[in-house]
Amino acid sequence: MILEGRVIYPGNVEGEVVKCNSPVVILGDIIPEKGIVEGCGEIRDKIFVFPRGAGSTVGSYTLYALKYYGTAPKAMIVQEAEPIVVAGAIIAEIPTIDSVDIEKIREGDKVIVRDGKVEIL
Amino acid sequence: MYLTKEEEKIMDGERGEQYGKMMRILVKMGEIFNAERLIPVSSAQISGVSYRTIGDAGIHFLKSLRGVKVSVPATLNPIAFDSEHLKDLKVDKEFYEKQMEILNAYTDMGIKPTMTCTPYYFDNVPKFGEHIAWAESSAVIYANSIIGARTNREGSVSALASAIIGKTPEYGMHVDENRKATHLIEVNFEMSPEDYPLLGLHVGKEVNGIPYLRIIGDEDDFKLMGAAMAASGSISMYHVENFTPEFRHALGDNVERIIVERGDLEKYRGEEIEVELVAIGCPHVSSSELRKIAEFLKGKKKKRGVELWIFGARSTIEKNEDAVKIINDFGGKVMRDTCVVVSNAGKIYQRIGTNSGKAALYLRKERFGGAEVIVRDLFTLLRSVVE
Repeated sequence: MILEGRVIYPGNVEGEVVKCNSPVVILGDIIPEKGIVEGCGEIRDKIFVFPRGAGSTVGSYTLYALKYYGTAPKAMIVQEAEPIVVAGAIIAEIPTIDSVDIEKIREGDKVIVRDGKVEIL
Repeated sequence: MYLTKEEEKIMDGERGEQYGKMMRILVKMGEIFNAERLIPVSSAQISGVSYRTIGDAGIHFLKSLRGVKVSVPATLNPIAFDSEHLKDLKVDKEFYEKQMEILNAYTDMGIKPTMTCTPYYFDNVPKFGEHIAWAESSAVIYANSIIGARTNREGSVSALASAIIGKTPEYGMHVDENRKATHLIEVNFEMSPEDYPLLGLHVGKEVNGIPYLRIIGDEDDFKLMGAAMAASGSISMYHVENFTPEFRHALGDNVERIIVERGDLEKYRGEEIEVELVAIGCPHVSSSELRKIAEFLKGKKKKRGVELWIFGARSTIEKNEDAVKIINDFGGKVMRDTCVVVSNAGKIYQRIGTNSGKAALYLRKERFGGAEVIVRDLFTLLRSVVE
């Protein structure tokens, strides 16, 4: 199955999905030193799927911290991008797409993220 | 989104990868919010300054921008301490040095080290109708509502990108038709001075839009109300009838009515306690607040066992030396560059009195020290520190 989306930061990657079902408070829920999202699990080298970012706009620096500590996900897929995730994805250079119907993606799915599309394998 | 040739070249990296990245942030933001173009801004206010929030990764990012300069006047949010009060604020050497690294990275870009959340008093004063790109939610809501300048609620990184490029995508608060009221707030009781910040906390939680209020008060009252509104929710503008500059055309037919009873505010007030610290200046004090405080304290004696800390901008403090001297002579401490939220104050004191709903909201959180906080009006608080 192929899902259409919109490129926030480009990149072609393949990996396994870790999914959060509620909005992620970027500065608060994510522990960048460990690459963990509280309540969702480890996102390091995974495809991190969540509905949207929330909370303090300083959160963009937390996404950068994932890169800094080597714990970043391979890609992020969001239902609806907002400024924290947009700015964070670009400064951290994490391939990211939005406007994706994430209902169709399940925890543990193997997916390819490419050219603004998600292919579920 | 339409981009000029010049903007496209910057995005493609003609001025270097760092400028390219900053332009891509603005363009992506514009695409998401359906902006038609970028528009020039006349100033920026930068957040993301405290080492406590941005950490080593933040320092690393700011250093990656070495050599980049801002292209419009830009001012800076408070840092984690006043360097003349390091002992009071329990700042150790390592923390001091990390914080200074951040500060230096920003000043190297040409950002003015104003270190205040109230740039609108003296340091960076926008005019009605001016387009600006400000972070710091309390300054955003003040600029939009009380001044009538135009800014979205920018994040640390998008405000920095706008400061560097000198532009912002035209959407949200930059478009006149988006500045109309969405909610009419009916306050069912007579407002007392301590109600403004409490009403702000309540309305911020209830409303995701632009509230219109029929209440009376002055700029200082509404500053406290707006800061609380912006902190408890995501409001970036409000209208006050017969007070704010855009109230006349704000009210249409499609507004939702919200009735506020006095009881709605009760839970934010905090139960009576003996406080160890009275903290004033979140957002930083105005000249009129500083003078009111000095006038009240003049000739009085400070009670033992309770501290009075007042936080303000350097510029405000320098312009009110006489008032500051009276407060210092009384035994209060007037601090600059920092505030009760971003400093260690909440970790040092566990029972705090303040006139700020925003400070109360943060200080009660575990991450900021989890203090017991009461919100009272300025004079009630001042009475509690005099013998």
